[in-house]
Formats: sequence, structure tokens, C-alpha cells
Amino acid sequence: MSKEAVSATGLADHPLVQLTLMRFREFVREPEAIFWVFIFPILLAAGLGIAFRNRPPEVLGIAAVTPELAQSLRREKLLDVRQLSSDAAAEALRTGKVVLLAEPGPGGAVVYRYDDTNPEGRAAHMLADRAIQRAAGRVDPVASSERLMREPGSRYIDFLIPGLLGMNLMGSAIWGMGFAIVDARRKKLIKRLVATPMPRSYYLMSFGLSRLVLLWVEVAVVLGFGMLFFGVPLRGSLFDLSVLCVLGSMSFCALGLLIAARARTIEAASGLMNLVMMPMWIVSGVFFSAQRFPDVVQPAIKALPLTAAIDGLRAIMLQSANLVQLATQLAILGAWLIVCFTLAMRLFRWR
Amino acid sequence: MVAVDGLELDVRPGECFGLLGPNGAGKTTTIEICEGLTPADSGEVELLGMRWDAHAGELRQRLGIQLQETQLSEKLTVMETVRLFRSFFRQGPETSEVIGLVHLEEKRNSRVGGLSGGQKQRLALACALVGNPDFLFLDEPTTGLDPQARRQLWELIEQFKLAGRTILLTTHYMDEAERLCDRVAIMDHGKVIALGTPRELIASIGVEHMVEFAAGTVAKALEVAALRRIEGVRDLRAENGNVQMQVTELHRAVPALLDELSRQGVPLTELRTHSASLEDVFVTLTGRHLRDE
Repeated sequence: MSKEAVSATGLADHPLVQLTLMRFREFVREPEAIFWVFIFPILLAAGLGIAFRNRPPEVLGIAAVTPELAQSLRREKLLDVRQLSSDAAAEALRTGKVVLLAEPGPGGAVVYRYDDTNPEGRAAHMLADRAIQRAAGRVDPVASSERLMREPGSRYIDFLIPGLLGMNLMGSAIWGMGFAIVDARRKKLIKRLVATPMPRSYYLMSFGLSRLVLLWVEVAVVLGFGMLFFGVPLRGSLFDLSVLCVLGSMSFCALGLLIAARARTIEAASGLMNLVMMPMWIVSGVFFSAQRFPDVVQPAIKALPLTAAIDGLRAIMLQSANLVQLATQLAILGAWLIVCFTLAMRLFRWR
Repeated sequence: MVAVDGLELDVRPGECFGLLGPNGAGKTTTIEICEGLTPADSGEVELLGMRWDAHAGELRQRLGIQLQETQLSEKLTVMETVRLFRSFFRQGPETSEVIGLVHLEEKRNSRVGGLSGGQKQRLALACALVGNPDFLFLDEPTTGLDPQARRQLWELIEQFKLAGRTILLTTHYMDEAERLCDRVAIMDHGKVIALGTPRELIASIGVEHMVEFAAGTVAKALEVAALRRIEGVRDLRAENGNVQMQVTELHRAVPALLDELSRQGVPLTELRTHSASLEDVFVTLTGRHLRDE
């Protein structure tokens, strides 16, 4: 950093600060960018979280034609019992409003009418019969108890939030870099800047710096949403998570820089960005486990930066892994950072 | 493709030097080679006693550059833009002072995207001035502006001339070159075809005035040969009933022309005269108009 610039006009007027401020202002004054980076991931997480939520056990509707039967059946909480006349009950069963009908048979027996090809009908039959038998005094010969698997950490939303976090880190870095650089090149702004004494490395560094600032907001938004609304756990340390996010984001920035190094038009850059990101969205385990792909391609998938980032995020959040255990993922991200940045510096078109 | 070939120019300290020529003449290539933005295949550029290969960093500190068609970031305000550019230079005036220089005080907090063409151009000029440059490059500073905005910009450039800065500007407006430039190089097809002060260049074609007239439709054709014989007429072009004459002494040539036309029985529908301009120099040298695209 140039000492003269600092002493002459103060830190706020250091070129790197001013360039970063420019990036920052361009971003926050673009409402669409705010939407895609902050609002969209929340909508996506909310939508998927709701679609794949663990539903409460379903209550089955059945009909009983006598008050005695209805009373016995109501002891079973998973049954919604309606007491109806014979005709009305038959009608309700036929139209699917109830899945089972219980009526008294000859000699104190109970007759169940239901469709045995309908799983709900079969379930209702078992529950109803158990309730009737117990009400009549049956005692089960074997004692049993239940332990329900509904704690946080094993649900789809717990799997999804780290995936979305990783996808968001990649998207905002690559889109942020790509569009801004190509737009500045197209408008000859880059050429104008290199016509000043501005050190070129500052221009590139300003993108990384503004990302480092915005990163916290993005991570906090997605993570906070997941934790607050879905109780997604963060079992590892926040520090480890931060280190991983910073390294991941910088690697994606370098990749974005490489993508935008030569493109002259937004169209060319968009195409390249999609070409790079689309495969990773699919194979890197954002929405479903990367393990589903054949073993042959696993090493290639593991070497992708998004896979490394998401695997790391999941390990920290769900399995309380620490950075030492994630050495492989960190090394992969570091390698992408160095290789992409070096190549981008060589290839970058300054006009 | 060779845009500029065999150019030798010498801009003197404190002067405003103009590269004048039609679009595609190689003006921008020339100025960008001087600015160190386009590498030349061969040749040397020396500025303020320095060369690009050896002193790029120092040169950048001392040059003020305005590029053709730069679009500054639309999301930033005038103030933020000037401050950004100011931060790149070791020394120079305060941000608000530069904004005052180009008369954008009222727009200081406006977004660049909301400025008019003339205001954007003045902002671009401000960005070229933030480092208090010794040498100012202006590439087509008034292209695309309305007449009032052009005059405003000319006044600004004249102030910088008075402040003793060296200026190299390109333009395809001959009135701009005549008004602003101490010396002009007329370029065409990548070569300099004339070089000198505007006055010298105009004098070099040996005429002081141009007379143009249009004749009404008459039974017999205009006798052009008789017009050539009028005293003081140097050159004459006639096309579609429009006649353009280069004359040395307007006060003699015009009465003689009117007499001759009335003798031939040709009615005048239009008569214009103007002092010879750089445009006429260009037409004389190339046979084409500057604005012919």
C-alpha cells in the first residue's frame, strides 16, 4: 500500500478503500442483486423446507354407527371418529370422507368395512381393532414402548441448509465478479481506470474485499433463517464455519475472476458462468447427496470447489467437525483459489 | 490492420494541439498510443521527458486522460466518482474543488446515471483533472453534445489552456479545432496531411473566402467558364446547380459575380459567403468533407 496516499488524505481515501466502496455501492444500489443474494436463498430454503417438512402423524377419519363403538374408538388418538347413522356412514365411506366404518355385527361382534387396497384403510383397521379390543379388556402379552426419531440434525432441512449456504457462496461470488467485471469492460471503465495510476492489483482485490464484507450478511441470513425457523443445528464452532466460508468465498471469487478474465459481453460471460456452475449445482450435493453418483466419478466430484465447501459446511454444522478434520476440503478450496487467481491474472483483459 | 502509419508529431509545452480528421482517420489510435493504452508496433513516444517502458508509474501520475465513450459507474454519485479517481493520485486539488472547476456543484450528490450528456462529459473532464496533470489528453470531448453543452465545455478547456497546461485533443469538428487549438494536425487514413496553426493552414490553400450560390432553373445552362474568368476566383466547383467558389477578394468578386449572372439571365435562389475554414482546408486536400461518413 502506498504510504503517501494514506498520509496525504487519510485511510478513507486510500485507493483500495475507494475501489471497495465503489463495488459496495454498486451492489447495494442494485435492488435486483439484493434480491438474488439475500431474498432468493431464503425463499428457496422456506419453500423446500416446507415441502419436505416432517409431517405430524396423520389422523385417519372413520365412522361408527353406535355411540358405544364411537366411545371405544375415540380412545385411539390417531383416529378421528364420527358417529353417523348407517346410511350416512355408508355414504361417507363410499365417497372417501372416512376410510373405515365400524358397525355392530351379530352376537356382539364388530364388523369393519374398509377398502383393503388402501393403506390408510388397513392402518385404520389395525388402529380401530386395537382400540376396540383394549376397550373390551384385552391385555397385550408383550410390553412395548416407542422412541420417536424427530430430533433436529437428521431431517431434510438440516441437509439442505448447508447445501444452500454453499450454493449461495458460489453464486454471489461468481455472479458478483462476472457481471461487474464484464460490464465495466464493456463500458470502457476498466480501460479508464488503468489510464490512472491505480495499481491494477487493487482493482481485483477490491472485489474480494467487498465480498468479504457482504459475505457475513449472506451467511447470517441463510444460517439465521435455518436456525430460527427450522431449528437447524450448528454443532461445530462458529469460528471454523467462518474460516470455511471465507476460504470458500475467496476460491469462488478467483473462479469468477477467471471466468470474467477475457469475456467482452455479458452474454459470453453468462454462458461461461452457467457452464461452470450448473454441473456443480447438480453433482456437488446441494439438494441431494453427491453419493448417489457412481463411484467412478466420485473423486472428480470431490475435487470440485462446491463439493468441498458443502461437505465442509455439513460436517461442521451437523457433525461438529473441526478444521483439522476438514483438511482435505480446505486444501481443495485453497488449490482452486491459487490456480484460478494465478491464471486470471495472466489472462485478464484490461481494456 | 494499420490504423496509423508514419506519424511524427511534436506537441510543445503549454500549447493546445489538435488532431483533426474524419471518423476512422486514426485519431483515437494515435492518442491512445500517446496515453500508453495501445502499444505501438514501432516508434517512440516521449512525454514530459519520460517514456512508457521506463516511467509508466510516474507518467500516469502526471497525465490527465479523458477517453472517448467511457461510461462511468451509473450507480455512484458525482462526488463519489471524483473522490474515487482522486484517490489514485499522489497530489491534486480537493474533490469539491475539482467539481467546482467543471461547474457540477449542484449535481455533486446526483447519481451519474441521471446526468445529461454534457454533465457526464464535464464529469469525465473532472476525472481527468483530479491529479492536477501537466498534460491533458481529451479524445473527442464534445462529440454528441448539443451546441450549448459544447460551448460550455470549450470555455472550460480554454480556462485550462490559460492555466498553462499542455493539451492534446482529437476532434472531427473543425470549429472546435479552430477555436481551441494553437496548432492542428489534419489526419486522414492514418496519416498527417497538414500541420500548422489554424491560420497557417487556412492561408496555405491561398484563399480567404468561400462564395456559394444556387441558381434557379433557366432555359440555358450556366456558363461556368465565364465565372472562372471573374477576377480573384481561384477555384470553382459546380454540382446540381450549386456552385462553390474560392475567392481572394470578396468585395470585388461578389459584385462581378452578380453582374455576370444577370448578364447570363440566371436568377439567384441562394447566396452565402464565409471565411475559409479548416473544413475548406480538408476539402481542398482530400476532395471530401470532414463530416462525410
